[in-house]
Amino acid sequence: MVLQQALNALQLGSIYALIALGYGLVYGVLRLINFAHGDIFMIGSYLALFLAVFCRCPLWVVLPATFIALALLGVLIERLAYRPLRAAPRVSAVITALGVGLFLETIMLATVGPQPRGFPALINGGVYKIGHVTATGVQLVIIIVSIILMLALEVFVAKTRTGMAMRALSWDKTCAPLLGISIDRIVSYTFAIGTGLAAIAGIFVGMAYPVIDPYMGIVVGWKAFVSAVIGGIGSIKGAVVGGLLLGFVEIGAAAWLPSSYKDMICFTLLLLILLVKPSGLFGLPLQKKV
Amino acid sequence: MRNRQWIPGALCAAGLLITVVLDKTQWLDQYLVQILMYIGINIILTVSLNLVNGYMGEFSVGHAAFMGLGAYASAFFSLSILPKSALFFPAALLAGGVCAGLAGFLIALVAFKARDDYLAIITLALLMIVKSALDNMPWFGGPQGYQGIQKYTNLSWVFACAALAVVTVRNVVYSNFGRGIIALRDDEVAADLVSVNTRAVKIFAFVISSFLAGIAGGLFAHLIQFINPRSFSIGKSTDIMLMLYLGGSGSIVGSMLGAGIWTVLLEILRFCGIWRFVVAPVALIVLMIYRPSGIMGGREWRLFVPREGDHGRK
Repeated sequence: MVLQQALNALQLGSIYALIALGYGLVYGVLRLINFAHGDIFMIGSYLALFLAVFCRCPLWVVLPATFIALALLGVLIERLAYRPLRAAPRVSAVITALGVGLFLETIMLATVGPQPRGFPALINGGVYKIGHVTATGVQLVIIIVSIILMLALEVFVAKTRTGMAMRALSWDKTCAPLLGISIDRIVSYTFAIGTGLAAIAGIFVGMAYPVIDPYMGIVVGWKAFVSAVIGGIGSIKGAVVGGLLLGFVEIGAAAWLPSSYKDMICFTLLLLILLVKPSGLFGLPLQKKV
Repeated sequence: MRNRQWIPGALCAAGLLITVVLDKTQWLDQYLVQILMYIGINIILTVSLNLVNGYMGEFSVGHAAFMGLGAYASAFFSLSILPKSALFFPAALLAGGVCAGLAGFLIALVAFKARDDYLAIITLALLMIVKSALDNMPWFGGPQGYQGIQKYTNLSWVFACAALAVVTVRNVVYSNFGRGIIALRDDEVAADLVSVNTRAVKIFAFVISSFLAGIAGGLFAHLIQFINPRSFSIGKSTDIMLMLYLGGSGSIVGSMLGAGIWTVLLEILRFCGIWRFVVAPVALIVLMIYRPSGIMGGREWRLFVPREGDHGRK
């Protein structure tokens, strides 16, 4: 029973972690909380649904196709909405991000309608029994692909030149361009990777909880945001740990309490952690220069 | 300079007289009255958010939570505690305001340590917790909403409260104490060094702001007579912020113009159906890119600046 719940929590947690990574990457480079991220995740879900139902694509086509399409969307949003504001006060950028999120949400409401839609299984994974634990193929695919993506991201950021440039930019925004790093290019890469990961998470949510609607970006997106903050926004390790922690807390809470309490517990946890560690579990301490 | 001190008072009195007459005679079209009342409520919300987000320079995204607390508290008081009579409506409003003000006090305590992004996150968490808590309170109707509220709100109440909110914020901002709020926005450390009591200022600004939002919530509840937790979600907060930044933060006239223009615009666009909600965020983005300081851009009409001529313009 406990192991079974742990497996469910691992599934939910890896989805949160994938979305939280996008929040963290963008925040690390631009110091911008991309409030539109949750809605990008929702768009990814709908695109995958479209590909799967109308084009009858299998999972191995849907995953990369959605990743690439949403990465382009992320770059486009950054180019149109955030780039003109890079020199503006931070509040303007944050409000714009809220606006972009609201725009994506309402445009989906206006075009596909508010009713929930069923999501196809995409794979026929079967059911595996190990002792008392039952794992579905979908669960295994979600957990394994998520782990692969997180490791790939870690390698990308740690080893490649682009990843190094991303780290440099988040370390010092004035010095990095002096060393020949193009801010625009790196920011585009960051948005592409972040939104692409959110799109993958959108597919996974569709597969695991097979109903999607235009409001899903709000609930899951904000939860993922909470996990990014709990882990320390801007830190990759933090996003993963925060996502998994939130997944476990939520599944645990739903196991003992009525499930309508889980939002309250999730945000109370956020407040408690911020009270003790104001910059999250793995975040750098806030520095105040006078 | 001529003495203009009597003008604001006279305007308030005249407005109150007109709205009372309008309420008694039912001379205006009910639909028009409804829109006017929405404008009034939105003015209260925007002006009160202006105090925190505009003048103090914090970034609170939880204003809808204060409004929701005020709405539920005042509805609860007028339904279950106070006698069922329009005479006790002010008491219910006051109860809503006090309840929201207490929540504002708590947020102010947190704001001692956190600023910027983290304060935004904390106010967001407050919003989510309030909404989720209301969803889980069966005696307030849970997600189905709170029903059976009497319709006590009328044009004169809305006008009186809106005038109260505007005058309060104006007097706070131009008081000696209120200068501390603006100093805090410009540089918190420097403000502290010139002996602005930053903690007191933060508490004061948050409590006033959330109190007024609670009053607006009470008016709202007694206007549409049915409230549910979804009315006070992040979307509502975004609406208020939109009106604030449309008019221009740090300007009382700006808040009033923003609230008025936005409310009327949404009514005019009603024929577009759901697409008008697509227009709203696009307008916000375009506004932020091309004129981030809003319509008024931090300026103020002379009428809203107390007499010593050198105040208003920054």
